[in-house]
Amino acid sequence: MESKTRLDVNGQLTLKELPYIIRWESDKCTRCGQCTAVCPQKAIEPAVIVQRLVSSEGPMPLPQTVRQVGQGIKQVTDIERYCVGCGICSQVCPNDAIFPEYNEVNKFAFHKNQGGIPYKRGGRRNSTETSTLDQLKFTRVSMLTDPALDAGRHEFHIRTLLGRNLAPENMPLIIKDDELGLDETVYIPPVREIFPIRIGGMSFGALSPNMWEGLAMGVAYLNEVEKIPVVMCTGEGGMPPRLLKSRFLKYFILQIASGYFGWDEIIHAIPHMKEDPAAIEIKYGQGAKPGDGGLLMAFKVLDLIAKVRGVPTKIDLASPPTHQTKHSIEEAVAKMLTSMSMAFDFRVPVYPKISGTKTATAVLNNLARNPFAAALTIDGEDGGTGAAYNVSLDKTGHPIASNLRECYLNLVKIGKQNELPLFAAGGVGKTGSLAANAAALIMLGASGVDCGKYIMQAAAGCLGDERNRCNLCNIGRCPKGITTQDPRLYRRLDPDLVAQRVVDIFKAADTELRKIFAPMGRSTQLPIGMSDGLSVGNKAIAEQLDISYAC
Amino acid sequence: MCRLSAIISDSYFSPMENIMALETMKEGHDGSGLGLVLRDLGGEFIGLKEFPILSGICSKEGLRVMDEYMVKIGFKTKHLWNPRIKDYRGNMKARGFYFARAYEYPEWADEAGEKVQHELLTKARLELREMGKDDASIIIFSFWPDLITLKEVGDPLDVGLFFGLDKKPLLAKNISAQGRQNTNYAINLYACHPFFIEGFTTMTNGENTAFVPIREFLTSRGLPGYVGYRSDSEVFCHILHYIRKELNFPLKYYKDVITPLFDREMDERSDKAAIELIKRVLRPLTIDGPNCTIGTDTDGTVFMAQDAKKLRPGVIGGAPGKYALMSEVCGVDAVIPDRDRSKDVFPMKYDMAMISKAAKEITVWNQKHGSMSTVN
Repeated sequence: MESKTRLDVNGQLTLKELPYIIRWESDKCTRCGQCTAVCPQKAIEPAVIVQRLVSSEGPMPLPQTVRQVGQGIKQVTDIERYCVGCGICSQVCPNDAIFPEYNEVNKFAFHKNQGGIPYKRGGRRNSTETSTLDQLKFTRVSMLTDPALDAGRHEFHIRTLLGRNLAPENMPLIIKDDELGLDETVYIPPVREIFPIRIGGMSFGALSPNMWEGLAMGVAYLNEVEKIPVVMCTGEGGMPPRLLKSRFLKYFILQIASGYFGWDEIIHAIPHMKEDPAAIEIKYGQGAKPGDGGLLMAFKVLDLIAKVRGVPTKIDLASPPTHQTKHSIEEAVAKMLTSMSMAFDFRVPVYPKISGTKTATAVLNNLARNPFAAALTIDGEDGGTGAAYNVSLDKTGHPIASNLRECYLNLVKIGKQNELPLFAAGGVGKTGSLAANAAALIMLGASGVDCGKYIMQAAAGCLGDERNRCNLCNIGRCPKGITTQDPRLYRRLDPDLVAQRVVDIFKAADTELRKIFAPMGRSTQLPIGMSDGLSVGNKAIAEQLDISYAC
Repeated sequence: MCRLSAIISDSYFSPMENIMALETMKEGHDGSGLGLVLRDLGGEFIGLKEFPILSGICSKEGLRVMDEYMVKIGFKTKHLWNPRIKDYRGNMKARGFYFARAYEYPEWADEAGEKVQHELLTKARLELREMGKDDASIIIFSFWPDLITLKEVGDPLDVGLFFGLDKKPLLAKNISAQGRQNTNYAINLYACHPFFIEGFTTMTNGENTAFVPIREFLTSRGLPGYVGYRSDSEVFCHILHYIRKELNFPLKYYKDVITPLFDREMDERSDKAAIELIKRVLRPLTIDGPNCTIGTDTDGTVFMAQDAKKLRPGVIGGAPGKYALMSEVCGVDAVIPDRDRSKDVFPMKYDMAMISKAAKEITVWNQKHGSMSTVN
């Protein structure tokens, strides 16, 4: 029998309980110590280990075993310092001696609430099931009845509209001598023509300066050089003042959320703005953590962030779950939409973003009645976040596909499907199929989509995944330098390379969208609501989305 | 692909001319139907210009129900035309009683004005259609003054002979005919072009890829006539009605609605601000598919327009007094062999060709340059 001291006591864990187990090969290890230095969790540490060494020496060698005390790497079993599987140790190891291995049978979820604090993290919903979006196929292909288009040679116009479109009967047209003119005295809401995939709101603060700068440079390049009008949402927290006053502002959607962070700077910059922003997004909810507010922790609030957000340094910045103005939906819509529209002299589209919810149609119907609502973004449960409770991430929220479809068909019922564009977010490009997911949502009725996680992964090599890998965005220790304000970490990220990847991503998506739309014979208008082009091999999904079943 | 044959003339002619033109384009239709719309009627309808004509097919029981309904809402029969099917020697079978019946408006509607009268005609047409929907006992194609519609499944020539159009011709100055090639949908008379709504008619060939969003847009306008859609091409007719009747656009803007210019192409247009707005507001009506449409406005103007993706453009040929708008040149040759072919018009991607009721010349509206030119 073992002695008493080797028996478990409450809360004491073995490696088997942890989600990732470090595989370390002693004979390859050079004992350089880089892995232990770089580990964001301090999950590994140098350790004194007893090794059994076998050697054969001399003219008549016989294997000799000796026990020897040496140095090595040891994974700790402290739940606060669990290995997150980021694998940054492997990246720095000169000799491939170390890597984390996923442990299918881990008991992590039973232990990660020490001190009565539920598990908090960044990232996305941990689920490896195939999303509805990834199950949708494009099955209407023009064949001999009419030729499909050549995606490489035909002229395509892959653009969408962001902004409130008038009802046809309200167009201020004047007929004179068989020609239509516009009555210039009548107000026409602003509408932007943009690329149908936008970069969703990720704040300057949640993202490192290098990441944010890389995205912004990529977006500017896409617009100015590639002529692909991609717009990017700032997330809550404003943007650098010099950009607010630059001609590049028109490529950005300024987000206002419940903490109003950054808006002091923005309001003061309005008189100096050379261009209007692309739009204003009022964030009421986030798909990854519906009903939850935001929190930028004190150690991320360094000088620059504090300046941009107009707050003191090194304090927690909490955005409440709801807007202070939101006593009722009518009031929220009236106050926020009209006051933001007024701030920009009614020249900028203003729209809300909500998290996916069963009550989305109620919000939608309110917006449909308000002439200042420029669009509605619905963010599904597969969206990402920099910080949230695990329970919100994993268990709260609504999948985007049926939510979006329901809202679109609701608009069709009231005849406003073109007046109030819907944008869909949350899980677009979750498994890498950015263009296909975007096209599927468009054909279900979205005017466009937002993507965030895809950009993080494809442009900056974010390590997170649906098996809870890394997901350290909330604690400012992002090993790739994407979601941190620590210069030692974010200098790992080269903003120029991020920008280059952003350009790659959108150029590739543009081509892929052509490859999807060309066989359907569509080239000049986005096939919004062209649901007869979609099928799915699941009857329940087909019925819910009102599309065909194909197998 | 369906074949289209429209003729406009300053003198009366027989629909057999359209049918013989379709006969020359036979490779392109599979005999799954013929639709005919005759306007500006001559012959026995010459003195009946102001009386709305109900066109359709009904069974014996359907006829009774229809008569009962028409009496109830106050319409009185003025004149009845029936095809002379008993002389037909082919193998087609009559599905019922084919009719084009001119009515007098109910007394109360006489002085009620055009708008009320038109609404009444639409209401009656849709209600009758609804009554016969389940058992096909009443099939109604159109109800409009000076306009007759005939449709039947079969080879166009057979159908023409079946209706006896060679022996007892209906005469008109503006006739549209379509020889149908069935594609996506089951053979159904309501799927047969030309389509009609409140005096507007269109016929189309090509595949309408944007059908679903266009249909959804139209049906959500809350207008009673936007029903049916057994064929994806019916939306072309309703778009025409929507922009002309509901939005009061001049006819040439049909082109800007169904095939809008790219923004960068709009600079030459003096109405740039208006067409930019129209493009955004009527975005779901962009056809974005390889279609050629031939339509007729309520004032009798015939037009042809097509999307840039249409690889086989339609053609218009003729001389002052008579023009043929066809999906193929051989169709024009069949109708007007002796013409100056150098004056044939193939409307290109920016063009919308129009011929007004007098049939004096072809007017080509160039959407990009914002210019009108005439060919005669």
